[in-house]
Amino acid sequence: MHELSIVTSVVESVTESLAAYPGARVLEVRLRVGALASVVVESLEFCWGIASEDTPLEGSRLVVNVLPVVIHCAACDRDSQLDGVQSFRCAQCGEPCGEMLQGRELEIESVEIDEVEETA
Amino acid sequence: MTTRIVELRRGILKKNDELAAGLRESYAKAGVLVLNLVSSPGTGKTAFLERTLRDLRAQGMRVAALVGDLETDNDARRLAASGAPVRQINTHGICHLDAEMIGKHLDGWAGVELSGLDYLFIENVGNLVCPSSYDLGEKIRVALLSVTEGEDKPLKYPTMFNSADAAVITKMDIAGPCGFDRELALKNINEIRPGIRIFETSAKTGTGMEEWLGYLAEARGV
Repeated sequence: MHELSIVTSVVESVTESLAAYPGARVLEVRLRVGALASVVVESLEFCWGIASEDTPLEGSRLVVNVLPVVIHCAACDRDSQLDGVQSFRCAQCGEPCGEMLQGRELEIESVEIDEVEETA
Repeated sequence: MTTRIVELRRGILKKNDELAAGLRESYAKAGVLVLNLVSSPGTGKTAFLERTLRDLRAQGMRVAALVGDLETDNDARRLAASGAPVRQINTHGICHLDAEMIGKHLDGWAGVELSGLDYLFIENVGNLVCPSSYDLGEKIRVALLSVTEGEDKPLKYPTMFNSADAAVITKMDIAGPCGFDRELALKNINEIRPGIRIFETSAKTGTGMEEWLGYLAEARGV
């Protein structure tokens, strides 16, 4: 439900960081989103066009890389990747695990731009 | 034209996270324990908070509450009956509270200073999805679940329950007529957030309040 706010933040943040590349056109924006980040990838994509309209990001592609949850087991001192988000138990020993190493990310990974070459 | 990949590695909610970090610092400096209450609409956050405010005030604690809703100040009026200062935040369509809204409503809150409080409660907008992404600088996030909602709520909304520090089951006084399967609910909460503290409460009868208030005192470090 808050995906439009999320992509709006992405557009603002990318626009800000593009100040170092005047006139650049954005081709692609890549996000890293944890499986437990509570955002719907399809909604992000749907909102992308609306949020990027009339900005330097208009017409760019949004690529969302979903990261699975990784937990650390205190009982056996091992990490395991979870298949889903329904049970937080160690894949090796079955103990419940409270410590999460990955899965809640909401990050802008990188931006692909077409740079305007300096003319001397 | 040359194509180039610019690595950003930047949090999408960086602005909110920075504001929340600032709030967290000011809460710590003022010595106030801040809790963020999250649940679906209708779980009974307001009734539970009314009772909590009243009980804490009876102990001589200095408490205040911020309450978020899309529209109306109904909840603020209900909570204010406890005698505690309460401020309503209307989000006008936004489905969660964010750190900026909290900061704005703390600034210029007539008669309320953080340093004059023992506890500040933030009742979030009723929504089990979006508020989970927005840090408000709270020390404790409390996810509430009522006996009328179904024992599988934690499995359906894992992010919220997984990000919570404590879980409160509300309306325990009607658990029987609702056919509430207590064991299953506890199991599901633990499956999503192993080891979390769970309080089984009724704002109406006062069940579980003593344990809850004990937890609050403990969390304040007294």
